[in-house]
Amino acid sequence: MNGWETLLVIGVITGLTFLTRVLPFWLFRRQDRPSILLTDLNKLLPPAVIAVLVVFCLKSIGIHDLHGSLNQLVCVGLVIGLHIWKRNNLLSIGLGTAVYMLLTALV
Amino acid sequence: MILRLQPETTFAVRQTLPVMAGYGFLGMAFGLMLQHAGYHAGWAFLSSALIYAGSMQFVLVGILTAGLSLPTIALMTLSINSRHIFYGLPFIQTFRAMGRRYIYMIFSLTDETYALLCSVQIPDPLDRQKVFFRMALFNQVYWVTGATLGAAFGELARFDFTGIDFAMTALFTVLLVEQWMSARLPGRWSILIGLLSGISTRLIFGADRFVLPALILAAALLMLLRPVLSRQPEHKIEGDGV
Repeated sequence: MNGWETLLVIGVITGLTFLTRVLPFWLFRRQDRPSILLTDLNKLLPPAVIAVLVVFCLKSIGIHDLHGSLNQLVCVGLVIGLHIWKRNNLLSIGLGTAVYMLLTALV
Repeated sequence: MILRLQPETTFAVRQTLPVMAGYGFLGMAFGLMLQHAGYHAGWAFLSSALIYAGSMQFVLVGILTAGLSLPTIALMTLSINSRHIFYGLPFIQTFRAMGRRYIYMIFSLTDETYALLCSVQIPDPLDRQKVFFRMALFNQVYWVTGATLGAAFGELARFDFTGIDFAMTALFTVLLVEQWMSARLPGRWSILIGLLSGISTRLIFGADRFVLPALILAAALLMLLRPVLSRQPEHKIEGDGV
């Protein structure tokens, strides 16, 4: 691929990615105040979306890689436990990630 | 001269530190891959500044090496990024009120920025719009910097960064625990519905194409249960201790 073709590819991906982000704003552009449905949904949806994102991050878990799966589960458990205990974002994320990297490298 | 940072700036940096680690190193991994595919740091900078969607940019490397047709590329982009359609919903009024920063806020709404903006508790004296804009901007700065450095100097790194991407898993997990601990009852039901939707669609559709079905299923279930969930008490659950 030459430079211009690469630019075109990046341009197409940029435009369509923005399209997926701008779509809800375009759909509800005429509303000055959100409908009751949207207000309710906006309270209920974010926790569900974040839950889906956690599952998305753990998507590779499966019987084909018991070792890697166990590492991920143990470290997610560690992050949850640490966070309930100390409730310090940086501590939970930092220590959880460090332990995961160590486990991946050593075990 | 003493550099005086606005309180909104320091607050936004603190809130986005986990993303700094995650995006910084993931960006480096992307930059390094792009460089291995024969594209120098300028391309890493350009694609991260313009596209700014992590998983799509990793796919971009494959597209550039394989040389796919534009319609195929367009379809891949739409299907990989379709989950974004759900991210704007809570911010329609908030972003619109942000004037010149409106378009940038929409453009920069990644998974991580969405989850952080949904969860952040902004102390009273701080300007909410300034905090939102800075958090969104800083996240992109981390990503673009990581990608550019990765393409320019990634070869020199002697340290094994395998597993650093767990920082993103840990970030979402922490945000979820926060949601759970501070949630009123409907919020806890939402989390359970989200987990259920995610796990069931992961099992049915497989690891590569379950996110959109999961979000649609979760939204449908929440709409269905809305009359019940919205009637739940708004006050915190007893014994929360927080």
